[in-house]
This record gives sequence, structure tokens and C-alpha cells, in this order.
Amino acid sequence: MGLTIREVKKFSKQKGRLFSAIVRPALWLFVFAAGVGSSKGIDPGMLNFYPTQNINYFEYITPGLLGMVLLFSGMQSSLSMVYDREMGVMKILLTTPLPRWYLLISKLFSGTMLSVIQAYCFLIICIPIVNIFTPFITSYFGWIIAFPAIILFSLMLGSLGLLLSVYIKQLENFAGTMNFVIFPMFFISSALYPLWRLFDNGALIVYYLANLNPFTYGVEMIRAASLGKIYYEGVLIVFICTLVFILLAIRGYNPQNSIFKKKRSN
Amino acid sequence: MKEKLNILRVSKIKKYYNDFLALDNVNLNIKSGEFVALLGPNGAGKSTLFSILSGMIQADEGDCLIDGNNIIHKSVDALKKLGIVFQQPTIDMELTVIENLFFHARLHGISLKNLKHNITKELETYKLETKINKKVRTLSGGERRKIELIRALLHSPRVLLMDEPTVGLDPKSRQDLLSKILKLKNTKGLSVLWTTHLVDEAEKADKIIILNKGKVLKEGNHNSLIREASTNTLGEAFLKLTEGKK
Repeated sequence: MGLTIREVKKFSKQKGRLFSAIVRPALWLFVFAAGVGSSKGIDPGMLNFYPTQNINYFEYITPGLLGMVLLFSGMQSSLSMVYDREMGVMKILLTTPLPRWYLLISKLFSGTMLSVIQAYCFLIICIPIVNIFTPFITSYFGWIIAFPAIILFSLMLGSLGLLLSVYIKQLENFAGTMNFVIFPMFFISSALYPLWRLFDNGALIVYYLANLNPFTYGVEMIRAASLGKIYYEGVLIVFICTLVFILLAIRGYNPQNSIFKKKRSN
Repeated sequence: MKEKLNILRVSKIKKYYNDFLALDNVNLNIKSGEFVALLGPNGAGKSTLFSILSGMIQADEGDCLIDGNNIIHKSVDALKKLGIVFQQPTIDMELTVIENLFFHARLHGISLKNLKHNITKELETYKLETKINKKVRTLSGGERRKIELIRALLHSPRVLLMDEPTVGLDPKSRQDLLSKILKLKNTKGLSVLWTTHLVDEAEKADKIIILNKGKVLKEGNHNSLIREASTNTLGEAFLKLTEGKK
């Protein structure tokens, strides 16, 4: 509870954070989609949760952009872990009479709460505007029933952020690492285009990487959920990844494998 | 009976950093209501020992018990008994004084009822009551250190660990902090472990433990250490003991 309140207080003091969390995907939606999409729409391919085989591109990339909001927010909350370590606050957290796994889970939940709030702010502000010009098949109610999927996806990305924060010692390194995590995760996935296109274009390595990328499964899970369907494979993979990431993060923050520990050679 | 009096017990601690032996068979006991100064030159292993005592890192060998609770195996119970002031600032600069203290209170499960009133009273004793809603970033180093002390005592710990708490403070603030700790020891029976490399800070301790190159060289009170080293002052005794071992 203490961690959540602190996160909310800090979030409310960082006025630009919510603004940038909305502007970033809004640019993709209003500018990128307008430029890349065509009036003919896009074919989602074999893995299609929509009732038709031809989808408005604005609608197609919305689950991916939702994933982008969650990805950035998840990484930002782990960035706060690195910041806490640099500022010394981490020492206070690690010396409170609470199990470390409990602290990490609390941190994960508070970060997830903020991520989901940002995701819904994006949906509430941007989707009605797009709907005026190009109505979506996905109903407004669809985004409400996608709530559990959005939470699960956010938990996975938050866990990944916590895991990364174990190994990233300085804020400067964190910024660099983000380039190797956020962008590859987002671009090598089905967030912006269906994967069959990669296969069709002969980019087989990227195609197989995208199939290994848990972000792909998270995006498809949200896409299915927003249409009232369950993408079981996606749910399973996202759930397993969440567990693996959080367990590895807990292991990393354990004093026996401590982030403060140096290795003994003998 | 004597065992019960030891609120903090460190036995046969060893800690390696790669091939370097940072702590070698360190033993240390602190009784209830005792003010112990851990005195050592830079690189003696004070901060490593402090990190082990606070559960930040694990010793390679040996045990550390706080009020009978092992810091690794019963860390939650052990940490409840500890108040900690670290050498480097560990306070959230972006939050206000009251937000920082409330954050700590929530982490320790302290009831928020009357908490603000109690905090205000405590801040008054440090003449900081007007700073309660100020961002910590706007406070001076001495003021921040006092806030950290208030925070460390908020959950009524039995042992207070202070790792070179006067680093970066002016002489007046140093003196104020030391006086406050001595007062707490006398009025509340608080046990204190104060690590320092400054001899004048150690002089007022009930027991002084001299640590050098990861080993406890001597322990005793101010007079006994001077007598054993056959010197006139604690400073001379400290130099003789630490340099004699080179």
C-alpha cells in the first residue's frame, strides 16, 4: 500500500508523464496509421479474431498501441527502481521488515495499476476521435471486457522491467538498454502489421523472432479479448512469461544473489 | 542471562569480494542500551559489516542475530528491531518531508492515527516543524540527516545502526546529531552502533571496537584502549593500533 501511494504521488507530480503516455501512441494512431494505412484496409492473415478478413488499419494497430503504452509504462516503473537505487531509496526499501518478494510484487502491482490507467486514458481520448472518421468493429464495451487481458499483459511487461532493473546499475545504462528492449519488442511483433507480411516479404528471421516475442502474444491476446474472444495460446504464453520474469527478478533481488553482491572467486 | 542482554550478536563473520577478504572472523556484541562505536580507517570493512547487519548482503560465513533473530533466515523479525541511517542519503528528494515519513510508516505497518501529530512533535524537537510540507530536495544536508534519523526511529526500533552518519555535516550539525543519539540512548535505552573513522565521535561511546583490514583489533572503552596502547589519547591509541598492524 505504501509503495502504491508513493507511486501515485510521484506520478501525479510528474505532469508530463501521462501526457507523453497518451501523445506517443496518439501520434502513431493519427499520423503513422493515416500515412501507412490504405482505404482497402489490411488482411490480418490466418490468426484473425475479426469477423471479416479486411480490417481498417487504424483498428488493426490499436491493440499494438495499447501494448506500446503498457510497454513504456512498465519500463518506466522499473526505471524508477534504478532511480531509487541511485538515490539510495532502494536501501530503505530493502531493509523494511517485509519479504523482498512481497516488495517486488507490490511494486509490480502499483506499476500495473498506473499502466492500466494510462492505457485507458489513451483509449478514452483517442478511440472516440478515430471512430468519428472510421468506425471500428470493436465496440467500446469490447475495451471494457479486455480489462483482464490488459492487466495480464501489463503484469508481464512490468515483470520484465523489474527483471531488467536487477541488472541495470545506472540510469544511463537503463536508457541505452531501453533501445534494445522497447524498440525490438515493439517492432518485431504483430503490433503494426500482421506477421504473414514478414513471411511474404521473405524476412524469415524477423518472422521467426516475432513468433518468439511474447509481446506478439500479448497484443494478439488483447485483440482477441477486445472482440470478446479468448486467445488461449497468448494467455498461456503471457502468463508463463510473467511468472518466469517475476521469479527471476525475485531471485535477483535476493541477498544471496544480491544486486549489491560482488562475486567470490574462491 | 548474559546472552539475553545481547541485543545484537555477530559471530565469526567472514566476507569475501572476489579474492579479497573484506571481513575476517569478526565478532561483535551490543547490549541493550549500549552505545558502541565501530572505529576504523577507510577501507577497514565498516560499511561491509554494516551492509551485513542490515541484511543488504549476506556474509559468506558466520551469523548475525538481532534480538535473537537471524538477519538472513528471520529477516522480517530482525529488521523490525532495526532503525538504520545510511552513510549516503536514502530519502526521496521528490517527496515532501511528511510524505517521506508517511511512506516509511506505511512500509512498517505503523498506524496512521495520530502519526502526523507525533511527527510534528518530533520535528519540533529538531526545529524542523516549518519544513513538514517542503520537498526534501530544498532542505540542507544536516536537515535531511535529521529527517532520516526521525524516520529511522519512527517504528521504535531496539537497535539503531548508523553508518558514518556525520559525513558531509558541519561541526555544529555533527555535534547536535551525536548529542541527540546519546540522549536517546539514555532516555529510551536505545542500543546504537555508530560506525565512524573520526576518533572524537567514538570517544563518548560505552564501547569502542577498532576494526582494521577486516579484523577486530581491540575493543573496550575509551580509557581501557588508551591504557592498553600506552598512549595519552584515543586518537594516538587508534593510530598506534591500526598502523602497528601494517
